[in-house]
Amino acid sequence: MPGLSKKERMQIPRQPMPEQAPLERNKNFLEVNLGLTEELARMEANRCLQCPKPVCIEGCPVGVQIRDFIQLVSEGDFLGAAAKIKSDNALPAVCGRVCPQEEQCEAKCVVGVKHDPVAIGRLERFVSDYEREKVGIRTPQIKPKTGKKVAVIGSGPAGLSCAGDLIQLGHDVTVFEALHDVGGVLIYGIPEFRLPKSIVKAEVDALKTLGVDFQTNAVIGFTDTIDELFENGYHAVFIAVGAGLPYFMNIPGENFNGVYSANEFLTRVNLMKAYKFPEYDTPVFDCKDKNVAVFGGGNTAMDAVRTAKRLGAKNAYIMYRRSEKEMPARLEEVHHAKQEGVEFVFLTNPLEFLGDENGWLRSVKLQKMELGEPDASGRRRPVPIPNSESITELDMAVVAIGNGSNPIIRKTTPDLTYNKWGNIVVNEATMKTSKQGVFAGGDIVTGGATVILAMGAGRTAAKAIDNYLSDSEPW
Amino acid sequence: MNKILSAEFLAADIKRFVIEAPKIAAKRKAGQFVIVRIDEKGERIPLTIADSNKAEGTITIIVQGIGKTTKAINEHKSGDFFLDVVGPLGKPSHIENFGTAISIGGGVGTAIAYPTAVALKEAGNHTIVINGARNKDLVILEEELKKVSDEVYITTDDGSYGYHGFVTQKLKELIDSGRKIDFVLAIGPIPMMKAVANTTRPYGIKTVVSLNPVMVDGTGMCGGCRATVDNKTVFVCVDGPEFDAHLVDFELLTKRNRTYNQNEKVALETHQCNYDKVFFEALSTLPLHQ
Repeated sequence: MPGLSKKERMQIPRQPMPEQAPLERNKNFLEVNLGLTEELARMEANRCLQCPKPVCIEGCPVGVQIRDFIQLVSEGDFLGAAAKIKSDNALPAVCGRVCPQEEQCEAKCVVGVKHDPVAIGRLERFVSDYEREKVGIRTPQIKPKTGKKVAVIGSGPAGLSCAGDLIQLGHDVTVFEALHDVGGVLIYGIPEFRLPKSIVKAEVDALKTLGVDFQTNAVIGFTDTIDELFENGYHAVFIAVGAGLPYFMNIPGENFNGVYSANEFLTRVNLMKAYKFPEYDTPVFDCKDKNVAVFGGGNTAMDAVRTAKRLGAKNAYIMYRRSEKEMPARLEEVHHAKQEGVEFVFLTNPLEFLGDENGWLRSVKLQKMELGEPDASGRRRPVPIPNSESITELDMAVVAIGNGSNPIIRKTTPDLTYNKWGNIVVNEATMKTSKQGVFAGGDIVTGGATVILAMGAGRTAAKAIDNYLSDSEPW
Repeated sequence: MNKILSAEFLAADIKRFVIEAPKIAAKRKAGQFVIVRIDEKGERIPLTIADSNKAEGTITIIVQGIGKTTKAINEHKSGDFFLDVVGPLGKPSHIENFGTAISIGGGVGTAIAYPTAVALKEAGNHTIVINGARNKDLVILEEELKKVSDEVYITTDDGSYGYHGFVTQKLKELIDSGRKIDFVLAIGPIPMMKAVANTTRPYGIKTVVSLNPVMVDGTGMCGGCRATVDNKTVFVCVDGPEFDAHLVDFELLTKRNRTYNQNEKVALETHQCNYDKVFFEALSTLPLHQ
């Protein structure tokens, strides 16, 4: 509808995302969001003001040409829109589902100043799904081969986006993955109901079509060291291994049976498909009719608690030491969790897990907190309230408070520079490490962050690697 | 996909596989392990590398069929494939010339103790092996061990072969005979490793055990394999698998290894009509995966 005035565009309400009914979906692992229809997508696209200087792009870590792809959606050219996104984003169907748009592109959207912002993420998801379902993912043209080989370590979002850019620039790319399947956190961490594995596979397959070589069961550091990769003919290395070492809270009782890290609980269910046990061989704690608490307030905590609910938990709690406002999770995940019957217990901190004589978790001792002065993160610091301890019965607990840095690369590559937390130190403009030819990005550099920030780092690194390999920017 | 080049039973339910895995063969050191997955629906099973041949690009693993997956592994024959074999994982054994070293293997743990016995001998130790089994039929690797060590003692619980008694009784005899013992490595069922630790503790003999808790990824990512050593939590896959025996909380390890006993029972009942009740009893004392 090209004839619409600005005012008319602003009057169109944000189009709702069709989704599975809450009390139905909390019993299955199918995707919650069903996706916009063509009509809803075009209507939503008409809300975009087509700003002469689109500020939404500034909010996107990989610089998707948001205004232009939305214009194509409003014209009904969905395949054109998909191609437009893909010139900047190797994994659009993934990002459309898991990016925290409300903190990024949509936070910058001019419509959002007075109304709800344009649903950029939902449109991104729509066009990439449309392309995949109607014609299959189309791959872009790649530049002539340069004869240079790059090793990418880790097949999560940072590694995949870097590989996607490098292959298009004409370099040969091998992605090394420690697990038996490709995708990193996209397949072991994020649940099926939020990001179907078939979608990750389709986007990975598109990279394979472009010529990216994936080697699974390759634990770099052990299988080959980084120096051996160079000896084997690679000209540059990008380390994108993720954080990959779960933090525990260091409180008594944390090793009782039934206490999991979020990584373990989610890996068992997602990667190993324990929700289909015994058809699949890997088991997980049987949550049916049990009391489950997840400690943490991020997306991983939401994924874990909603997974527990789907596995039949009677009570599934989020226990978070600050208040709702400070929770780092995406708004949509919090909203969905509440709809599905997850109970939120704020300003509450666990002091100790209590168990039985066989080593099984039975309850948790909790302390109430209140908010004090802001801390280093800018969020108000939770302070214990004296004499506020209580005991809550619990059969399973999941600790979802983040990840430290995995030691395998560090111990086998001592000549890189690491900070005091064990993260790799890089030049943020180029992702160059202290070791020639070695770049790093994603959670192993930043500590636990988001899919899209990791993808942004992958793109930055790809550009710098290309400059380095073409000698336009020697080390 | 990794091809199985040979597969033979060493004793009832204990099978030795030689697998094509050139990269792992080139890299692995004593004490390290691999994770094996047999098919798309399979569990990831950690197994210590028993031996390797760099020139032929092969590794050897020895598997005792206890749970659903280890039994399924043992149904594989020469010429078959394992879908995934990843490694080498974990820290290698700390090997030096201690002087006189005793390597103790209990049951299928003998397979795991074997490569360390080889490494101890190569480092110049006077190497003694004590190999314990319930009975004569379960004694494995006797000839191989004799070739790589200075003294070999076989013990059986029922006296059907070799020394009648537990490995710890033989160990105590050796210590009490007045010989200077500088280092002990013990690998086997948890009660055995705990008993060895208790035997050497009063003498202050440096003693190492190899733990094998439940694992998923084997690279430190999941934290499922955590154990308590010296009152601190460790991740066995990246901090171990070998630890100072005198500092390990064996009771916790025993309890944590029972986490999935109920599921394991379901898996076995679902997938297999004939199972031997003995193995359920064994589950309570053996690590879930060996």
